[in-house]
Amino acid sequence: MNMQAYERKRLVVVGNGMAGMRTVEEVLARAPDRFRITVFGAEPHPNYDRIMLSPLLAGEKRFEDIVINRLDWYEANGIELVAGERVVHVDREARLVAGEHGTVRPYDVLLLATGSDPFVIPVPGTDLAGVVTFRDVADVETMLEAAHRGGRAIVIGGGLLGLEAANGLARNGMEVTVVHLVPTLMERQLDPTAGAMLAADLERRGIHVLTAADTEALLGEDRVRAVRLKDGRELPADLVVMAVGIRPNAALARSIGLECRRGVVVDDGMRTSDPRIFAVGECVEHRGVTYGLVAPIWDMTKVCADRLTGAAESVFAAAVSGTRLKVTGIDMYSAGDFVGGAGSEEVVFRDPARGVYKRLVLREERLVGVVLYGDARDGGWYLDLLRRGEPLGELRDLAIFGEAVATAAQGSGAPADPAAALAALPAEAEICGCNGVCKGKVLNAIEAQGLKTLDAVRAHTKASASCGSCTPKVEGLLKLALGTGYTAPEGEKPMCRCTGLGHDRVRREIVERGLKSIPAVMAELGWTTPDGCHICRPALNFYLLCAWPGEYRDDAQSRFVNERMHANIQKDGTYSVVPRMWGGLTNAHELRAIADVVEKHRIPTVKVTGGQRIDLLGVRREQLPEVWRDLNAAGLVSGHAYGKALRTVKTCVGSEWCRFGTQDSTAMGIALERMAWGSWHPHKVKLAVSGCPRNCAEATIKDFGVVAVESGWELHVAGNGGIKVRVTDLLCKVATKEEVLEHCGAFLQLYREEARYLERTAHWVERVGIDHVRRRIVADEAGRKALHERFLHAQRFAQTDPWAERASAVTRRAETPAAEPFRTLVPAE
Amino acid sequence: MTTETLTNYWVAVGQVEDIPRQGARVVATPMGDVALFRTLRDEVFALDDRCPHKGGPLSAGIVHGRSVTCPLHNWVIDLASGEALAPDRGCVRRIPVRIEHGGVLLDLSGRRRS
Repeated sequence: MNMQAYERKRLVVVGNGMAGMRTVEEVLARAPDRFRITVFGAEPHPNYDRIMLSPLLAGEKRFEDIVINRLDWYEANGIELVAGERVVHVDREARLVAGEHGTVRPYDVLLLATGSDPFVIPVPGTDLAGVVTFRDVADVETMLEAAHRGGRAIVIGGGLLGLEAANGLARNGMEVTVVHLVPTLMERQLDPTAGAMLAADLERRGIHVLTAADTEALLGEDRVRAVRLKDGRELPADLVVMAVGIRPNAALARSIGLECRRGVVVDDGMRTSDPRIFAVGECVEHRGVTYGLVAPIWDMTKVCADRLTGAAESVFAAAVSGTRLKVTGIDMYSAGDFVGGAGSEEVVFRDPARGVYKRLVLREERLVGVVLYGDARDGGWYLDLLRRGEPLGELRDLAIFGEAVATAAQGSGAPADPAAALAALPAEAEICGCNGVCKGKVLNAIEAQGLKTLDAVRAHTKASASCGSCTPKVEGLLKLALGTGYTAPEGEKPMCRCTGLGHDRVRREIVERGLKSIPAVMAELGWTTPDGCHICRPALNFYLLCAWPGEYRDDAQSRFVNERMHANIQKDGTYSVVPRMWGGLTNAHELRAIADVVEKHRIPTVKVTGGQRIDLLGVRREQLPEVWRDLNAAGLVSGHAYGKALRTVKTCVGSEWCRFGTQDSTAMGIALERMAWGSWHPHKVKLAVSGCPRNCAEATIKDFGVVAVESGWELHVAGNGGIKVRVTDLLCKVATKEEVLEHCGAFLQLYREEARYLERTAHWVERVGIDHVRRRIVADEAGRKALHERFLHAQRFAQTDPWAERASAVTRRAETPAAEPFRTLVPAE
Repeated sequence: MTTETLTNYWVAVGQVEDIPRQGARVVATPMGDVALFRTLRDEVFALDDRCPHKGGPLSAGIVHGRSVTCPLHNWVIDLASGEALAPDRGCVRRIPVRIEHGGVLLDLSGRRRS
């Protein structure tokens, strides 16, 4: 080794994980030129956010999304990364580190950040194929492969890690059972009540939960086939995930003679028993305690960096931190001593209908613990109260109702408005719980460094850089500091003036955080207005409807008038009514009924539409229910001619009558319409089926057009006859009717899930590219089937005739006049 | 005493609960429709049910904050003042409204005179 080559001290880091790299970042922030740095990592990846393995497994994030430091970051900072090489020995005498493939590096200071290993319970069969832990990207890959084959998964361990694994596997289509040793799920974070609510919620999502279940053995020859419990039950399994916990990985430290107990023993300055060797993260034991949550570990990295660079003589003292379960749609939070016991009091709030449970544990008038289930948005606020440790005083009676109520009662402004609430926070209020960043620090950084974007704030302060749940707050602060100078990240335009977030981002957050109502979206994502506007509300209503079919309750007040009234408003305030004519077919009975309705209600104009239906124009609002009832009586239903919905399916007469027809286009049109009617979309959707390439149904200017050819059906997408005519792109050719239906359902679902509200298929496809659509619909058969399946699932809740619903409601009201006390109050819908 | 004075001018038209939150109801009067709006925070406003732009029925619009958006061309009308939000210009007539024990009372006298 050429010792003259470097004057700077050599820092070698063992472990390319979150703790090790954060320490390096902290060191660079304090003294960029102090060290020449080498990092050894056992995994062949750049450094990634282990907290995000759960969303990675659940398919909500990709690996690129969870990388913290890309390879060019190492390069830019002059850091040598030795990835994919485990360190096998450290010669403390000669101060040399040796990797398994022969890489040797000298050090002046050594930092151990070897993390933890998953704990594998000592039962027979853990070495069988199909048994995995949940610790790194490789584990996730193994699980995804198994999930791809389908079948049954048993997750052993009902703690944070186990439940996130179970959720991810269930999301990937496996039948999942969680086996947990003790009677309460997540007993280290939840009390029995919240644990039981969680178990019920998981069961509702199709995850089976067995508590008080002790695993005796894993059974199988080469591959695991079942889990046997001590009570004799055998649970069939194609995959077993061990997620009972972690233990510090102190093997290296132990082998080189450092003092170790459960973990590597460190002092308050993160120094091991060898003064040249430091340790941080899950591998350490500090004052008898080991750590697995991110917040205290970030505190360690700061102390360690202070000591390594000599910037300060800071000491590590563990602070209380909170826990959230990263299972989409399950909202829980806990912090502190939630068990209580002698000398403590409890305040409990229950709202079973909403599935909300909150429990505060107080000791001597101070908050010492909190459990929130079903509504955890105030977690950060409680944690703040808890850390301050001051007597609650007047807050005591109201704290259980959450920040908004408690602070409003104290007369501190208008906290229902999230922007005002953020502005009212004191400078020392915590914004990012993971990284311990307070409001003042974020604002100072924005001002001093001239930061303009979320990414820049993340880079400078680390706020919102770990679990991301405080992102809206950080963006709120950016907005507060920069006013209109702040624009949302990713170049995506904000949805409207109520938020800085764009459509795609909002949709992602709805799914990832399991937001299930418009108020929840607005509260969680930091809307600046109390109830949005005419632009965002209809969009949110659709996004929620699309994300949670059968679960989300449609909000009529967030619908444009046409969709609220199920008719199309005209310039004079009257409405037009268009009954559905399946595939453009009608008959004498229907036509007679329509004629009768026109005469009876004196409807001024009857018009044949471009979509092969009949439009009744000039119907007054109060006439609508009667008109619907009369049309319903003849079997006619709403044609959704007014909605961001499936409109018409236009057809030609096809082979049944036409001498050129090659296929029965009318029957195909009816089949498509039967499948797709009632579906809501980002914008209107029109279909057409032509029976031969002469294309009389004009299928090539429709959102989804089908053209029959001798050998089958050509499928065309994203056409548009409007201000700017756009001819469709050819998606593919298929042979059978079933394939047409499957491709159509999948295409419509992809459009529903990916397009922005009010974006027609033509604009959406131009934005994402037809190749993307072909990849998802044509090339990926499993993906297409899954999309089609999701479409049909959503349709189970969408296919009710809105006219019938409303006409019968009117009938009921007429029969019981007492229910309508004020004649002067005409319903506006 | 107050009630007596009120009955001379104020017409009871219904209960606040009869108007959906973030929604509207229409009171048909001989002088034309009056739109009653109820905001998220349960404030009640009454305006002529005609947008100053092209006469669209404001009662059919989306109610947000203290505003309503006309369904015809998206003019945004301030419920408290009746004014259209800039850059649009125009004003809708307000009808005095008060809430007594959950009941909605309108003062239609102004309309009669006009």
